[in-house]
Amino acid sequence: MEIGLAHYLTVSAILLTLGIFGIFLNRKNVIVILMSIELMLLAVNINLVAFSAYLGNLVGQVFALFILTVAAGEAAIGLAILVVYFRNRGTIAVEDIHHMKG
Amino acid sequence: MVLPDFSIALPEIFLACAAMALLMIGAFRGNKSTSLISWLSVLSFIVAGLLVQFDGYSTITTFGGLYRDDAYGVFMKTLCLGASAFAIIMSIDFNKREKLVRFEFPILIVIATLGMMVMISANDLMTMYMGIELMSLSLYVTAAFKRDSVRSTEAGLKYFVLGALSSGMLLYGVSLIYGFTGTTNFDVLANLFTSGEEEAGIGLLIGMVFMIAGLAFKVSAVPFHMWAPDVYEGVPTPVTAFFAAAPKVAAIALFLRVFVTPFGELVEQWQQIIVFVSIASMVLGAFAAINQKNIKRLMAYSSIGHIGYALVGLAAGTEEGVRGVLIYMSIYVVMNIGTFACILSMRHRDGMVEDISELAGLSKTQPWMAFFFLIFMFSLAGIPPLAGFFGKFYIFIAAVNAGLIPLAVIGLVTSVVGAYYYLRIVKIMYFDDPTEGFEPASRTQSIIMAASGLFIAFFVIFPGPLLDGAQAAAAVLFP
Repeated sequence: MEIGLAHYLTVSAILLTLGIFGIFLNRKNVIVILMSIELMLLAVNINLVAFSAYLGNLVGQVFALFILTVAAGEAAIGLAILVVYFRNRGTIAVEDIHHMKG
Repeated sequence: MVLPDFSIALPEIFLACAAMALLMIGAFRGNKSTSLISWLSVLSFIVAGLLVQFDGYSTITTFGGLYRDDAYGVFMKTLCLGASAFAIIMSIDFNKREKLVRFEFPILIVIATLGMMVMISANDLMTMYMGIELMSLSLYVTAAFKRDSVRSTEAGLKYFVLGALSSGMLLYGVSLIYGFTGTTNFDVLANLFTSGEEEAGIGLLIGMVFMIAGLAFKVSAVPFHMWAPDVYEGVPTPVTAFFAAAPKVAAIALFLRVFVTPFGELVEQWQQIIVFVSIASMVLGAFAAINQKNIKRLMAYSSIGHIGYALVGLAAGTEEGVRGVLIYMSIYVVMNIGTFACILSMRHRDGMVEDISELAGLSKTQPWMAFFFLIFMFSLAGIPPLAGFFGKFYIFIAAVNAGLIPLAVIGLVTSVVGAYYYLRIVKIMYFDDPTEGFEPASRTQSIIMAASGLFIAFFVIFPGPLLDGAQAAAAVLFP
């Protein structure tokens, strides 16, 4: 079987869905949420690179490089905020993040 | 090798260099240079604002079509720079009193504003993404700025998680649009659709829906608003004042640019979604605010409602509608700056208070502050002849002329419902028995209150410059 564009798009859609569900259904740990965010961004990268190869057009690969860079910065900031939060609360369990309600 | 024309991005280049220079000052001189850095940031906003004006009003693209400068950009950038400058000015004495003096704060605002300017000038999905992320990453840090407060760090964490989720959805939409059209450039996309070369296929539509979801997160429109009340309540008040003004303007500017320029031809496909988002935001903004006790939380719901009104203008999809949105956002920014100058003055001897009940009897203890607060509340509610009324007026006229009469009617009904909670604040200030009075407002806060109050009150006499500017800016999007 030839691996074509549709296969890549399917993998990427599955990864994106896993990422979104990881954020909403996860009740344990904020670290898992950070991993889910990375999963979403990588799903987008697969999409872009697959389209780029399929269209024979470099824009998608350039875009993927930008996304990788930004994702690194995003993870760094997310972890920094998480560390500050942990110092205040002593926990990073998702169900404990409910100081404000509305 | 031919270099691209850098002069078009001069304000942005200047702001980036200014941010780095200020960071050096901070790194060498420490937190005691905070107020110097704050005023220098305001100065660099003024210089950047002048550069934006001198850049000219003609439409030019540069960096291989990635970046664009036009009258629309000039209007929106001026608004963002002004809002950010006032946010910094309002933060200075608050941060001193609350022992939050850190030189990073104004610099983060400068970098966030740089991101907003890139967003506004974006002419390519790639530029758009880089601008959004530059803005958002700085905003996440400013939200968690009060490092030793549980509420502030929790707000930062929530904002980060939901903001990153929205970026992911936006990007997925962008990747689908790229895949199904083969380009990320706004002009090329627009040409594909107007020449009829490209049909609006299912892949493209899904991509567009994901993009709407991502952008709706950034403007906090329903159903992607859930972060806003918690974040507004949790972060320090000057940060709330900043969040409510400049980032909203930039995100709305991008929303308009994307859906009018590249996807303008597909208005039938996206109009229903925008209509739904707009109705949901207006209704939620009107009803959910009624029971709030915390004034910052109330302002969060109020801003959700106001974004709903602004989206009415986008739903119209006409030049008149875009002009209405520009006028609305300008007035919204002024009203918010004024209201937050009042909220920042809600201070007893032993600290800041945020409960609406603390305002009781303000008209007896501080008649002037109560009077300006009354002007802002009436204007937010849209009562003539104050500026807020005209904002709504132009939007609803545009919606009616575009045939969206039910939308305009719903907008009117929700603004009547919304008037209840604004007027309740006025009632508490003017008819309830006084409690312990507030400390007198600081001089900067009073000046900002008075200036924005006068603008709101006398807009009816001198509406010309704003209307002309908005007209010129909106005309660019409809060549």
